[in-house]
Amino acid sequence: EPDPLITEVQEWASSFGDGVDATPYGLPIKYEDDVIRRNVEWLTADTISSINFTPIHALDGTITPTGCAFERHHSGAIELKKEDYRLMINGLVDTPMVFSYEDLERFPRENHVYFCECAANTGMEWAGAQLNGAQFTHGMIHNMEYSGIPVRTLLNEAGWNGEVEGKWLYVEGADASSNGRSIPLEKALDDCLVAIKANGEALRKEHGYPARLVVPGWEGNMWVKWIRRMEITDGPIESREETSKYTDTLADGTSRKWTWVMDAKSVVTSPSPQMPITHGHGPLVITGMAWTGHGRITRVDVSKDGGKTWETARLAADAGNKALVRFYLDTEWNGEEMFLQSRAMDETGYVQPTKAQLREVRGLNSIYHNNCIQTWWVKPNGEAENVEVS
Amino acid sequence: DRNIAGFPENPPTMAALPAPEPASSGLLVGVAEAATADADGKFGLGRAALPEEVAAWNVDVSPDGTGLPEGSGDVWTGESVFEENCASCHGSFAEGVGNWPKLAGGDGTLDHDDPLKTVGSYWPYLSTVWDYVHRSMPFGAAQTLTPDEVYAITAYILYSNDLVDDDFELSNENFAEFEMPNADGFIVDDRAETEYTQWRSEPCMENCKESVEITMRATVLDVTPDEGGAEGSEEAAAPAEETATEVAAVAEEAAPAAEEAPAEEMAAAAPIDEALAAEGEKVFRKCKACHQVGDGAKNRTGPVLNGVVGRPVAAVEDFKYSRSMAEHGGTWDNETLHAYLADPRGYVKGTKMAFAGLKKPEDIDAVVEYLRSFQ
Repeated sequence: EPDPLITEVQEWASSFGDGVDATPYGLPIKYEDDVIRRNVEWLTADTISSINFTPIHALDGTITPTGCAFERHHSGAIELKKEDYRLMINGLVDTPMVFSYEDLERFPRENHVYFCECAANTGMEWAGAQLNGAQFTHGMIHNMEYSGIPVRTLLNEAGWNGEVEGKWLYVEGADASSNGRSIPLEKALDDCLVAIKANGEALRKEHGYPARLVVPGWEGNMWVKWIRRMEITDGPIESREETSKYTDTLADGTSRKWTWVMDAKSVVTSPSPQMPITHGHGPLVITGMAWTGHGRITRVDVSKDGGKTWETARLAADAGNKALVRFYLDTEWNGEEMFLQSRAMDETGYVQPTKAQLREVRGLNSIYHNNCIQTWWVKPNGEAENVEVS
Repeated sequence: DRNIAGFPENPPTMAALPAPEPASSGLLVGVAEAATADADGKFGLGRAALPEEVAAWNVDVSPDGTGLPEGSGDVWTGESVFEENCASCHGSFAEGVGNWPKLAGGDGTLDHDDPLKTVGSYWPYLSTVWDYVHRSMPFGAAQTLTPDEVYAITAYILYSNDLVDDDFELSNENFAEFEMPNADGFIVDDRAETEYTQWRSEPCMENCKESVEITMRATVLDVTPDEGGAEGSEEAAAPAEETATEVAAVAEEAAPAAEEAPAEEMAAAAPIDEALAAEGEKVFRKCKACHQVGDGAKNRTGPVLNGVVGRPVAAVEDFKYSRSMAEHGGTWDNETLHAYLADPRGYVKGTKMAFAGLKKPEDIDAVVEYLRSFQ
């Protein structure tokens, strides 16, 4: 039977489409309008201090489109004009300084691609398989190209005296939460940026317009948005976000603090619960993403049988430093049940652990920094479900 | 000296690139190479911050109390300040309302299942409480409390946790003496020793385990938002675009509803007392954490309040009211709003509104006038 989409002249092949300027700043085509950030309403009391999730299940490549990159606010996304923006540097410097946005644009800047992952990503899965979709289990992450000024350049401008040992940099935002965090000065000097662009354009409001801190490889809470102040101090401030939150309680009731680095992690994004196999038997592309706060991913293995046997996946490109890498396993599927897993390794030799391994060390009450191996149960009809396996 | 906690001996921060080596003079070699920088690596950008500017923003408080302004507040003052500013979310006794944080209790639960982490049971430093309340609270009206009010609230939170007696007064003088119960409950990140050493090994590729059984399924819990084929929970989030459209539609409908309402004369006819409405705007700060009003207002924890005066009870179509509110009937007029706002849970038993109520009738008059200006 001939395909009428081919044999008959279709409307779009005969009449006009939109002219230029129909959408001066474009949005995805309407057929993709389900690829959006989503919130899990029961997680928080209100959307003002809350988080939503990147639709990672529907994306490919590594750069997260800015419009669907997850948001986390502690007091809502504020609207701060460039003209009203000020960045103060104070504390242990020769001269406390104030920079305008225009000043920031005149410092030499760098471009880097980095992932930003919330420490709570996958946190709801700590007690067991709970949310049925990669967007919800692993979507508190995005990966963007940042253009920004190295923090060390700005500190030098204020006359930092060169002392690193035992010194900290306290950073805070201009919003009502201020979200202050203390960062060891050594890290701040190493690779932190005050970013003024992401993916080539101005930061979105929800990502800290006009300037945010970038803290490569470390938990997203430290990437202070609307950054307004950096203070060199002799000790950590021990603010709310680094004591009552973003600390990890172990089985004996003691809690780890200063758990800043995001360890190596990966997840299969398709097939997954929101991305069932709908195309029948034969060739199947299994894909996912991997990242590590310790540097570069070196290898990702995929298991179809819940971890009995593993195959090494193909990395789509050389892994960047503290950036997402895409992996593929080009395979054949003939309706057999699969327990899909992925396992990342990084340049330090670290191997992504199972949830059982993590629980063995941390107990059952840890929330943040859950980088366990994820399992999707793919059923003979192609549907997938989030499960835990023995 | 604000050197409170030591720097970790072996911080897990070491990336491939070392920090630039400071030259003996304190100059930065790396930056000095930049084309437009001076010999000292500076670009001559920005300006010196004025002392009053630094004072305005540099308000963080360290564990030893460095940064605290002079002031004091006692438990009893704290109780009323807390009731006014904090109780709508945190409960009158700091016990928490709904999903909002509990600030009291949980003593001894940290090594139990589902530990209750509160200021009393978990927070290691009192300075964190003072600093956070001072800078970031109340939610929706941050930086409106005076230092004395913050001392009083902090004292009241300690009292709620049975950590001080009811005659306790907290001040910048005695602040540093106070040690929190869980001060010693934290260790510096030890993953490098307890985890990395174990997991840096060649991974198994074949015959890694004998059997694979499902031990837990996400669909059994059924808490996934309604999308992607999973059974959605009742509270699932609607797609953002849809919600915005619906709210707009409701706002349009609200205006005609008000005209037909029995309270027409009050809602539509009487001129707004601008001074009273301005007072009401201040009172409304207490409501703002949950309610929006004005252009672009949307449902939040509570329904949008445009046109609320004179409209039937529970009239915002896409807002999920409690059953008791949905079935309450009647109209929001001066009388019913006074009754409700004075004692929300008394007037509508089972209301989801966690607000303790406005004690002063004149505050209610003001806030009703303020709301009436959004018809």
